[in-house]
Amino acid sequence: MHIFIDAYSWINLRYLLQGLGVTLEVSVASIIFSFVLGVILGLARYVKIKYFSAIVGFVIDVIRNLPLLLILFFTYFALPEIGIRLNVIIAAIVAMSIFESAMLAEIVRSGINAVPRGQMEAARSNGLTFYQAMRYIIMPQALKKMIPPIVSQFISLVKDTSLATIILLPEATYHAQIIYGQNINYMIPMFVALAVMYFVVNYALSLASRWLDRRLVQSN
Amino acid sequence: MWSILTNNWNALLSGLGYTLAASILALIGSLIIGTLFALMEISPFKALRIIGRIYVEVVRNIPLLVITLAFYVIVPRFIIKIDGFTAGTIGLLIYTSAFIAETVRAGIEAVPSGQMEGARSIGMSYTQAMRQIIFPQAFKIVIPPLGNQFINLVKNSSVLAFVAGFDLMYQGKLIAATTFSTFDTYLIVGVLYLILTMPLSYLMRYLEKKWVTA
Repeated sequence: MHIFIDAYSWINLRYLLQGLGVTLEVSVASIIFSFVLGVILGLARYVKIKYFSAIVGFVIDVIRNLPLLLILFFTYFALPEIGIRLNVIIAAIVAMSIFESAMLAEIVRSGINAVPRGQMEAARSNGLTFYQAMRYIIMPQALKKMIPPIVSQFISLVKDTSLATIILLPEATYHAQIIYGQNINYMIPMFVALAVMYFVVNYALSLASRWLDRRLVQSN
Repeated sequence: MWSILTNNWNALLSGLGYTLAASILALIGSLIIGTLFALMEISPFKALRIIGRIYVEVVRNIPLLVITLAFYVIVPRFIIKIDGFTAGTIGLLIYTSAFIAETVRAGIEAVPSGQMEGARSIGMSYTQAMRQIIFPQAFKIVIPPLGNQFINLVKNSSVLAFVAGFDLMYQGKLIAATTFSTFDTYLIVGVLYLILTMPLSYLMRYLEKKWVTA
């Protein structure tokens, strides 16, 4: 038991929490970018503009079907070869945003598709423009349906930041590895700490999603 | 670009093989474990329901990498020597089982409750009703999301690269390190992943559409 007390010394805990800070920083930035990009891409695919939507759809499918790890490698190790050199935090955010926005685009598209066709037709026949109908009739209904899958995508995103250890992003998992690399006895305490940290963040997110879902359904 | 492909063809092919092997093994294992936990979550006993719930919530909220690394470094040190491929596959299996449990539970719950009541009232036992009435109906609902889980497995198996699991990503990393043409190597690796995942994902989308409208 005293191994745990030693392992959770103030210095180690502070180092772990610093890592968690970077994890959260990268996660929040990627969540914001990928949400905005995901909605735009999802709409671009939904509106069915000839060729354009098909190309966007194909690109989304390609990104969705690649491992995030590969995209991370690519942005950090391969892009410098063609002259684009990103620092590690930016590279992580760029890679995560590209991957997650493709995932979100699919959620957005199927959320919009789930709104009955009659809604759009009725809105248009009432004299609303396509843009107005989207903005005031379709999107509010679609967003409510999308909240649970979007939040679980955000949870994936927080978990996926751990993959950025491979490009040496100084986030929680990387810091834990450094601590037990220096003292092998701290291995189990470090994994317990990691599990607890990720669980708390992600469980809080899923509770928030349930709360939001309930409130929005009630407001109907 | 072609020279990278031809010079490293064997390494890439074996990487592809390991990726597929890890994904299939993990899928079979996680189907078994996931279904068990799904059954626990809907069982009539509260204790089982709580255990099932805790397992799913805990595993789902921890990164795959943390689970995999734990198997890679803790198990060999305290329990038994295992290689990176085994540790990676077990990590994948555990992680995926929580998602499969959720999928299977949702599938079973989507079968109208009258089906169970009807089966029970004509004298079937709980197990019989589950096996002969509920499962066959749930199966169809569950297939497309399970297919998507398999696609995720193929993509997620790239964490084997962290634990020397000889998978496609690992081979790609080695080739990039020896040839110094990172850009072309990762492009090739990406295409190889897409060959595995793209057809599957289109098939699943087709099945979803076909069965939902049916």
